[in-house]
Amino acid sequence: MFSLNDKKLARQIVDKIKKLDINLKFMHVCGTHQDTLLKNGLDILLKDCGIEIGQGPGCPVCVTTQKEIEEMLLLAQNGITVTTFGDMINVPGENQSLQNLKTEGYDIRAVYSIIDAISIAKKNKNKEVVFMAVGFETTAPTTASVLLKKPPNNFSILCCHRTIPNALKALLDMGEIRIDGLIEPGHVSTIIGSNVYNFISKEYNVPQVITGFEPIDILMAVWMLVKQIENNEAYVQNEYTRAVKKEGNIKAQKIINKVFKSGDIRRLDPDIVGYVQVESLDYPGADETPL
Amino acid sequence: MCLAIPGKVIKILNNENALIDYGDGTKRKVNISLVDINIGDYALVHAGFAIEKLNKKEAKETLAIFREMLSIEEEN
Repeated sequence: MFSLNDKKLARQIVDKIKKLDINLKFMHVCGTHQDTLLKNGLDILLKDCGIEIGQGPGCPVCVTTQKEIEEMLLLAQNGITVTTFGDMINVPGENQSLQNLKTEGYDIRAVYSIIDAISIAKKNKNKEVVFMAVGFETTAPTTASVLLKKPPNNFSILCCHRTIPNALKALLDMGEIRIDGLIEPGHVSTIIGSNVYNFISKEYNVPQVITGFEPIDILMAVWMLVKQIENNEAYVQNEYTRAVKKEGNIKAQKIINKVFKSGDIRRLDPDIVGYVQVESLDYPGADETPL
Repeated sequence: MCLAIPGKVIKILNNENALIDYGDGTKRKVNISLVDINIGDYALVHAGFAIEKLNKKEAKETLAIFREMLSIEEEN
């Protein structure tokens, strides 16, 4: 029911776009959108229609700073059990990755969820266990929810969470890339809602569509962006109404706000040569955790 | 990374957890503390947590709305 598929409709959208003589550059900021684009050949199909879709900094791995990666490597080298999502394990630091350290015998574990990291801490009471908490607003509430439930004393996190609206703002402020329209990430938006993107259309005059992950979702988002541009409009449209509400998931937002406060990561590390300048969600108790 | 998979709530285990069926025979315990959800509801699951309840009505109507949007365009 939630997997939409309609080849005839998809063909119709492509034909309609093809008829227009356009040359547009859109950007999405989500690895799963990139996956849909490539797996289904939509990138090539749309290029033939005059639309290029680039990938922005929507991958939590690309917006994790070198400093954070080095901190994690240092923790592992000091005998601490390091847990994180599989995506982070192969990310290189200056000289090595967590994977390298794992093969050298350090205790590094890939987990599917922060809940697995808690189980590891419970089973290894004589060891300090740190979870490298990466991810945007989709993942931040899962971390926050666990921290609110009194995790074991030997459990800590290294907070590397980021916020999407500020990442987009930083990207647009750089002004180096031409962006005629933004395809906004569906799953982050289930948490933050569609209203939070309004300032982007207002301040930067960029049309935006929040969209799902089926080929038809992406095509529809492209169509909606093209129509906005054709009508000389710039506002936020929600294509992914089956999952995203205007106000988002308020319960999850409250949990995030109880645990994290946002700050600019440039203040934490002015030497960052990061992909973009992003706001960090900073767990206030992080300094007191027994690392 | 922000991958989320839809599944159906088939059993509420306690205040924090439910059993979710992903429709291919895979059933998993999922944390439901971020959502208000009941048996029979569909949820998007990310990293072991249900992050939002899916809207069945919207899902059913989405394609019809798309078709309508395109046909209105045709008439114009």
